[in-house]
Amino acid sequence: MNIQNIISEIAQFDSEVYDRLDSRRAAMRQFTRWGGRLALAAVPFALGSMFKKAYGQSSGGGITAVLNYALTLEYLEAEFYTKGAASGVVPAGTPAVGAINTIRDHENAHVVFLKNALNAMGATPVPKPTFDFTAGGAFANIFSNYDTFLAVAQTFEDTGVRAYKGRAAELITNNAVLTAALQIHSVEARHASHIRQMRKARGAGLKPWITGKDTGGIGAAVQASYNGEELTNQAGVDITKFVSANAASESFDEPLTAEQVLAIVKPFIV
Amino acid sequence: MENLHPVLPSAGNNDRLLPDKLGRRKFLTYCGLAASAATLAACKKDKDNNNMPPAGSIDLGMGDIGILNYAFALEQLEAAFYTQVVASPYSGITAGELALLTDIRDHEVAHREFFKAALGTKAIVSLEVNFSAVNFGSRDSVLATAKAFEDLGVSAYNGAGQLITDPAYLLLAGKIVSVEARHAAYIRDLISNGSFADNTVVDASGLDLASKPADVLMAAKPFLKSVLYAGNLPTA
Repeated sequence: MNIQNIISEIAQFDSEVYDRLDSRRAAMRQFTRWGGRLALAAVPFALGSMFKKAYGQSSGGGITAVLNYALTLEYLEAEFYTKGAASGVVPAGTPAVGAINTIRDHENAHVVFLKNALNAMGATPVPKPTFDFTAGGAFANIFSNYDTFLAVAQTFEDTGVRAYKGRAAELITNNAVLTAALQIHSVEARHASHIRQMRKARGAGLKPWITGKDTGGIGAAVQASYNGEELTNQAGVDITKFVSANAASESFDEPLTAEQVLAIVKPFIV
Repeated sequence: MENLHPVLPSAGNNDRLLPDKLGRRKFLTYCGLAASAATLAACKKDKDNNNMPPAGSIDLGMGDIGILNYAFALEQLEAAFYTQVVASPYSGITAGELALLTDIRDHEVAHREFFKAALGTKAIVSLEVNFSAVNFGSRDSVLATAKAFEDLGVSAYNGAGQLITDPAYLLLAGKIVSVEARHAAYIRDLISNGSFADNTVVDASGLDLASKPADVLMAAKPFLKSVLYAGNLPTA
């Protein structure tokens, strides 16, 4: 990105932009200071913060709240896969090891990215909660039984996809943050697809996509993560006019509200 | 389709994006008017707005409607591709592969028909495709093309999100893009197990691809006989 061009563009219709930014030199010095300290990926957020200060806009509250919400979910996933990969629950010498390591690395990268983004926007990242992946004993063998581990992994991924989707609209005023959230969202969906294939290879009856509100054989313990996925009417259009009811539900993933997601993950947070 | 009209207002834009970014008053001053939402949206777009499409090309249109037509075009391409894949399966296809490729065909048909119904009279025409570069008898050729289309679709929706002004459309795009990502991961794993999210599509920050319409349409161009014109799409 060319920061100077962006500022020049704004100067065309706001001749006071440099004053607003204290002075061109000070602004760029401030920006360079931020930029040097941050991962490159966080630079758009730092730029947003610079303009936010200059114009006194409060784009912060809602957006940083969503980012902290996302960070909480990413903490959950990152620690889950980090512990899982270290536990030996994933059969050694199989392709599963590489797949779980890949997902682990992505979730940890999401944690770093979101923390950087929040810091760049002048907000404070929420601290990592203490997790109990047995969910109070409901999944007591989480790190010793591979099928339990994959079942919880699937639920986290499918829930994560729905969680990002449910709050994307709150980011609509900030292009950089919205785009980054969408870029994380589709990675979670790739993970979900692969974990579901891993479970299928273990004999579970499911597909890479969600049919109706089916849990893929996991059952009532995770039903809340799938309720609502059975929708076959989109914006007033009955999708079953074109394809089967199963395909109609599979072809659109549905959002979850923050309240729904927090209820789902609550048993995993001490 | 009358019941859709509340969902799809004729003015495909609003000014929601502006206040947080530039300060509404300054922006209106720049535009030189106290604009209606539609004019304001037009002002927001690039200077080449309202370009005349070249003769014989299909204008995707402006604003949110333009973005929905852009998605409609991509879904038409994918649906046509998988319809052909299922109609003439590659040699050596397994029952499991055929079943899931049929699912994908149905999903893409659902997406295509959804956009067509939702856009109503604003929908672009049906596109003519060109799959002459694809060998439908070859697993390698079909899956390589499928992978390209799915990854392209994911990057297209990810890149288009910021161009959408209506939160309802943004949510719809979000509902579709994660299904495309599920497809992409499945197709990639068919080609090479474990490549569902490799570093050709996911960067070191764990972010998937996001592409601008111009880049996506350039990649799709060889597969289309129809010529699309994106010169009136929003660019920011």
